[in-house]
Amino acid sequence: MSVLILAEHDGKHLKQSTRQAVTAATAWQLPIHIVVTGNAIDAIAQEAASISNVARVIKVDGAQFAHPLAEDVANVITAIGKEYKVILAAHTAFSKSVLPRAAAVLDVAMISDVISITAPATYVRPIYAGNVFATVESADALQVLTVRATSFDVAANGGSAEITSLDAPVANTQSRWVSEEKNVSDRPELASAHVVISGGRSLGERFNELLDPVALKLNAALGATRACVDAGFAPNDIQVGQTGTIVAPELYIAVGISGAMQHIAGIKDSKVIVAINHDPDAPIFRYADYGLVADLFDALPQLNAALN
Amino acid sequence: MKVLVAVKHVLDYNIAPRIKQDGSDVDIAGVKMGINPFDEIAVEEAVRLKERGVATEIVAVSIGGESSKDTLRHALAMGADRAVLIQTDVVMQPLGVAKLLKAVVDKEAPSLIILGKQAIDDDAGQTGQMLAALLGVGQGTFASAVTIKDAEVEVAREVDGGSETVVLKLPAVITADLRLNEPRFIKLPNLMMAKKKPIDTLAATDLAADFSPRLKLAKVAEPPVRKAGVIVGNVAELVEKLRSEKVIA
Repeated sequence: MSVLILAEHDGKHLKQSTRQAVTAATAWQLPIHIVVTGNAIDAIAQEAASISNVARVIKVDGAQFAHPLAEDVANVITAIGKEYKVILAAHTAFSKSVLPRAAAVLDVAMISDVISITAPATYVRPIYAGNVFATVESADALQVLTVRATSFDVAANGGSAEITSLDAPVANTQSRWVSEEKNVSDRPELASAHVVISGGRSLGERFNELLDPVALKLNAALGATRACVDAGFAPNDIQVGQTGTIVAPELYIAVGISGAMQHIAGIKDSKVIVAINHDPDAPIFRYADYGLVADLFDALPQLNAALN
Repeated sequence: MKVLVAVKHVLDYNIAPRIKQDGSDVDIAGVKMGINPFDEIAVEEAVRLKERGVATEIVAVSIGGESSKDTLRHALAMGADRAVLIQTDVVMQPLGVAKLLKAVVDKEAPSLIILGKQAIDDDAGQTGQMLAALLGVGQGTFASAVTIKDAEVEVAREVDGGSETVVLKLPAVITADLRLNEPRFIKLPNLMMAKKKPIDTLAATDLAADFSPRLKLAKVAEPPVRKAGVIVGNVAELVEKLRSEKVIA
């Protein structure tokens, strides 16, 4: 029996989270297979095959995967899932849509957002927005789970897995892709950036004006609080927190962020947390390694200048 | 068009969960409960569809004990027409919930099923997708906009790095994300009126054979606490500290 990982990619490259899923999968000490769904994905399959500890890459190439729909990808998983001991993927919007659908067809109780695998079928996962850690045990013969990517190391290259092909199942007729709007940015991807600088609502209309120069110098991804996004000062997809993106960079800089529990839940695995806030009583200071009590409208330009 | 919304009775979102002394679970005895906020967004969307003349009837469904009726009354006060309580004392997990909801969907035959994208207690985020799978219908997860177009529904979805639009044939399952809408404030007269709306009770055991929990909760614990850091005096000192930590160049 083996472990099956559902790969995620952007059409050109594997997402870093797939490599983190590989590290999580090594907990079982079983052969690791990666299934890559897409259209014209030879290079991505090669990339997957070169990851350490991967035994086999299963390439499922089909026109319907040019813009993958959960219905179609789940059909791939259910077609081959019964042959595996474990099916896992990173806890991303893509896998969160696919794996529960596949798990229901396979009649398996799924475990979401696993941060630690303590035994072959025992998992630790956050509940109540990260306020509580639950240890759960699954008795199902097949385990289906998503893992929180930032809780696992990025698997390096060094493998040379065999690449096999699987015919794509017939495209589903219940759903179809229409369009997408990706926020193009030359900044690193939020979920995998080494440095993240996030702003709160108090930055207001000056969110980008004040944060962009510092982010550029630190090669940082931009993040924002839910309140900041809801107020329209930052786009949805850069919301950091339990209900947005969970980050664990080397350096997290929180500017004008009070530290709501749901935000903290999304940043607390960061290596170094810096908080800049004018309110010395802001909860964020309880989690920060370095705190600076200052008006952010003064501190940000100063920080920008100091980084020259 | 009939719309079915599934609502979960959970610990109030303003209340910090308290762990039982034996670490077996979160203690919800005597604590304020309420409708799962994402499910409230689902109800709001259904009510707006009705106000626009698209939906004709809204059925709210919940699973649990007598106390779940509070959350159903909340949905009724917002504008749902009637409610169904699937009664059970069994601890519910997403797969079991999806099986029971499927049984209700089979009876009610709605054109659209809307749920919250996740419950704020177990944070599983699975039920909608599982229900769609069991029904063999399309799914629109993390919805930020919902538009009915004849026998289809167009769903704008929040995905990593942006948004995506898909079209689903009806019937379909949609899970509501934060920004789909802002739920209305319930006025007292509506709350009084909701008391006159019917809540049917069905026994879970009559609906599905196997809805018992598969996952065993071994224990719950407080997450590890980050150690408190230091307050620096100014930006220069901050930059110096970060350079000595080697997290900036």
